[in-house]
Amino acid sequence: MQAKRRFDMWTAVTLVIFVLYLLFLVYPIVTVLGRALFVDGKLSLDNFAGFFNNPYYSQTLANSFAVSGMATILALLVGSIMGYLFALFEFRGKTALQILIVIASMSPPFVGAYSWILLLGRNGAITNFMTSILGLPGVEIYGFGGIVLVFTLELFPLVFMYVSGALKNVDSSVLEAAASMGCTGAKRFFQILLPLMMPTVVGAALLVFMRAFADFGTPMLIGEGYRTFPVTIYQEFVSELGGNDGFAAALSIIAIVIALLVFLAQQIVANKFSFTMNSLHPIEPTPVHSWKKVLLYIFVYGVVCIAILPQCYLVYTSFLNTSGMIFVPGYSLKSYTQAFTRMGSAILNTLRIPLIGLAIVLIVGTTLSYVAIRHRNALTRLTDTLGMLPYIIPGTVLGIAFITAFNTGVGGTGFLAITGTVAIMAISFALRRLPYTVRSSEATLRQIPPTIEEAAESLGSSKLNTFLKITVPMMASGIVSGAILTWITMISELSTSVLLYTTRTRTVTVAIYTEVIRGNYGIAAALSTILMVFTVISLLLFMRVSHSKDITMS
Amino acid sequence: MSEIRIEHAKKVYSGDNVVIPDLSLTVKDGSLFTLLGPSGCGKTTLLRMIAGFNSIEGGSFYFGDTKINDTDPSKRNIGMVFQNYAIFPHMTVRDNVAFGLKQRKVPKDEIKERTDKYLQLMQISQFADRKPDQLSGGQQQRVALARALVINPDVLLMDEPLSNLDAKLRLEMRQVIRDIQHRVGITTVYVTHDQEEAMAISDRIAVMNHGVIQQVGVPRELYHRPRNEFVATFIGKTNMCNAKLVHIDGVATLVLGEVRLPMSQLNSCTDQDVRVSIRPEEFIKSGEGPFEATVLDSVYLGSTTDYFMKTSFSDRIQVTVESTFEENVRPGETVRLDVNVAKINVLSADGQRNLMEGVA
Repeated sequence: MQAKRRFDMWTAVTLVIFVLYLLFLVYPIVTVLGRALFVDGKLSLDNFAGFFNNPYYSQTLANSFAVSGMATILALLVGSIMGYLFALFEFRGKTALQILIVIASMSPPFVGAYSWILLLGRNGAITNFMTSILGLPGVEIYGFGGIVLVFTLELFPLVFMYVSGALKNVDSSVLEAAASMGCTGAKRFFQILLPLMMPTVVGAALLVFMRAFADFGTPMLIGEGYRTFPVTIYQEFVSELGGNDGFAAALSIIAIVIALLVFLAQQIVANKFSFTMNSLHPIEPTPVHSWKKVLLYIFVYGVVCIAILPQCYLVYTSFLNTSGMIFVPGYSLKSYTQAFTRMGSAILNTLRIPLIGLAIVLIVGTTLSYVAIRHRNALTRLTDTLGMLPYIIPGTVLGIAFITAFNTGVGGTGFLAITGTVAIMAISFALRRLPYTVRSSEATLRQIPPTIEEAAESLGSSKLNTFLKITVPMMASGIVSGAILTWITMISELSTSVLLYTTRTRTVTVAIYTEVIRGNYGIAAALSTILMVFTVISLLLFMRVSHSKDITMS
Repeated sequence: MSEIRIEHAKKVYSGDNVVIPDLSLTVKDGSLFTLLGPSGCGKTTLLRMIAGFNSIEGGSFYFGDTKINDTDPSKRNIGMVFQNYAIFPHMTVRDNVAFGLKQRKVPKDEIKERTDKYLQLMQISQFADRKPDQLSGGQQQRVALARALVINPDVLLMDEPLSNLDAKLRLEMRQVIRDIQHRVGITTVYVTHDQEEAMAISDRIAVMNHGVIQQVGVPRELYHRPRNEFVATFIGKTNMCNAKLVHIDGVATLVLGEVRLPMSQLNSCTDQDVRVSIRPEEFIKSGEGPFEATVLDSVYLGSTTDYFMKTSFSDRIQVTVESTFEENVRPGETVRLDVNVAKINVLSADGQRNLMEGVA
C-alpha cells in the first residue's frame, strides 16, 4: 500500500511515455476520426455512405480481401511445407537457402512487384523471350494474379520462419511415439505435426494477412485496373483534383476497423489452439532417397529461386548501360553514378532517419516493456495496449493521420507543426515498429527472474541504477538483435514515408518508388541493389550478434 | 547487527485476500531464526515484508529501535539470499560480490580487501574471475552468500536457499550456512519448508500455517512438546489417535483402546476426549507390552525398520524399531508393544491445545 502511494521514478517514466502516445498516436487518430465524421462542421456519416454506396470504391475493399486472403493461403501453404521439409529432411545448401529466403523477405514488396514487371510484364525479359523466340502467348502478370504472386513470394518467408521456430519446439519423441503406433508419413504430418504447428500457423496467418492487406506499393505498381483499398486511400488523399481528405479519413477509419476485427478474430482462433511445448530432443533431419530426393530438391530449390529471382534480376539490370531512361546494349556503372549524384541525399536519409527512429524504439520499447512486466498497474497496462495499436494501423493510414494532425501543429496552434521534417518520419517509423520491439522485450524480460533485481536492491542499488546496470545488460542480446531487425524493416519502409516525405527527407525506398513511377528503371535498380546491400550486411550482423543461423520472428 | 521486532504485521493481497492476519515475533540479536511451514503459509511473504519487497498492510517492523516500514529495500542494509541465487549473470564472481560495496561508494582498495576476505571465507577465490554460468549450484549459492554478507548487513534474510540443490550438497551447504552465521554472528531469518533442515540449522523456529504462527521455540521443544496437532504432524512423523482421559482413584489415566496408561502429570485436567500423538520410535517391541498389534506391512530402511500395524485403538499405526540381523516379523503375525509414556503428547479433542503444556 505504501509502495503504491509513492510516486516513484517508474510512474514518472510511464506517464511520459503515455503522454507521448496520446500526442503521437491517439491525437492523430482522433483527428482523422473527426475529419471522417464531421462534414461541414456537422456530425454526418456521408463520407462512409459515399464509400459503401459507390461500387467503384466498395469494390476495392472486396479486392483487398480477395488478394490478401489468397496470398495468405498460398503463403501459409508454401511457408509451412518449406518449414516442414527443412526441419525433417537433410539436404545440401540448407544454410545458404535459409539466408536467401530471409533476404527475399526483407526487401520492400513493391521492389519485388516492379522486378516482376521487368521480367513478366508486357515488355518483360521473360515475356519477350517466350513470345518472340518460343512463339508462346505472353503471361498476364498485371492485376489479381500479379499481386497475389508478389505477396506470396514476399510473405511465405515469414511463415517459414515462424513454422521453423515452432518445429524446433516439437520433441522428436512425439514423432517417434506416433511412428511406434503406426502413424507415419503424410498421416503423421496431418494428425500430429500440423496440429502442433497450428498456433504458430494461426499467428503467422494474421501477420501475413495484415501485411498484404495494408501494402500499398505492390498493387499500385502491378495492380493496374485492379484497385485495392490502400491504393484507393492513398489516391483519395494525394489526388490534386477534388481530393477529399474527409473521404480519405473515412477510408482510414474503415481500414483500422477491419484490421481490428481481423485481429480479434485471430485472437479467438489462436486461443482455441493454444498450448505449450517443451523440447528436450529437437527433431533431427533425416536423409531421403531415390525419387523423393529429386522431388525435394526440385521443390526447395525451385521455391527459393523464384523468390530470389526478382532481386537477382534487379542487381543484373543495375549494371546495364543506360541512355536517358532507356536500357541500351552493354554494361556500365552509369545507373550507380546517377543514383549517387541525384539520390545521394536519399541514401544518407536512409541511414539517418531509421537511426533516429531506432533510438526512439530502443528507449521507449525497453522502458515500456519493463514497466509493463515489472510494474503492472492500470496506467502501465493502458500504455502497453496503446503501444500495440500501431500493429493494426496500416502504414498509409498512419501517414494520413500524421499529416492531418501535425500539418498546422497540434490543434492548428503551430505547436509541433512537424510535417515535412525528419522528426515526423522518424516518429512514424518508431511508432510502427514499437509493437514488435515491446513484445519481444517483454518476452526477454519474462525470462529474467525478478529476484535478480531484488538482489541488487537489497545490496543498496537504486531503482535507476538497478535498471541500467542489471536489467538492461541482461536484456542486451535480445535488445541488440531486435534492434537490427527493426533497422532492416525501417530502411525498407514505404507506405508511411511515401506520404510523409519531402525532397529533403526522401529515403532510398521512396526514391526507388518515385523512380519506378517515372520509368527510370536504371536508377531504381541501382538504388534497390544498394538497399539490398544494406539489408544483407545488417542480416549478417544480426546472425553474428544472435549467434544463430536462423531468424525467429516474434 | 540488530534485533528484529515485528508487531501485529498484516498482509493483504489484491483487495481482500488476507495472507497474514496479525503476526508478531521477535528475532534475538545474532540468532538464526527460521520460518517453517508448508507452501502458501505466508513464510516467504513475511520474509519479503522484512526485506521491503512486499508492501505492509498493517503493523510495525523494527530493526533494533528503527522502524523500517517505509524504508526502501536498498536503504534497509539487509543481505538477502534467494532460492534461485539471483546471481548477476553478466558479471564475474568478483563483480557480483563487490556490487553492494560499489553501491556504498566504498574506496577501491577496501572493496578489494573485503571482497577477497569473503571470497576466501566462502572458498570461492579460485572462481573469482569466472562468469556465474560456469559454476555449479552449490558454488553459486556460496557467491550469493558472500555477496550478501560482504556489505556487513544488519540482518541476513534467506529464502529457501537450499531447495534448488541436490540432497548431498544440501547437507554440505547447510553446514556452511550454520558455520558462517555463527562466525559472523549476524541476525538471520531463514525460510524453509523442510523441517529437518530447520531443526538442523536453527536457534529458534516459528512454525507457520495459514499466515498464523502455530508455535515458536527451540527445535527440541517443537519436536517433543508440539503445541497443537498441526505442529505435531508437520514436525517429524507421528501417530495421531483418539483416546479418553479419565480419572481413576484420582489419577489421570489415558484410555487407549483396552489399555489404560496412568498419566499423573495430567491430574489437574478434567475428564475429556483427547487426541494422542505418539511418535513411531516411542513404541517399543516387548514381549510383556500392554498393546497387542497385528503387523500389516514392513519397510526395511537399513538402520531402522518401519512396521505398519493394526491395534485396538487404531487401524494403522507406524512403529519404528532398530533393525536387527535376525529379526523378521511377517505380515499377519501378532506382536506386543510397549510405549514410552513420558514422550506421549496429549492434545485437546480439537487438536488445538497440548494438555501437557508447561509439564516437563
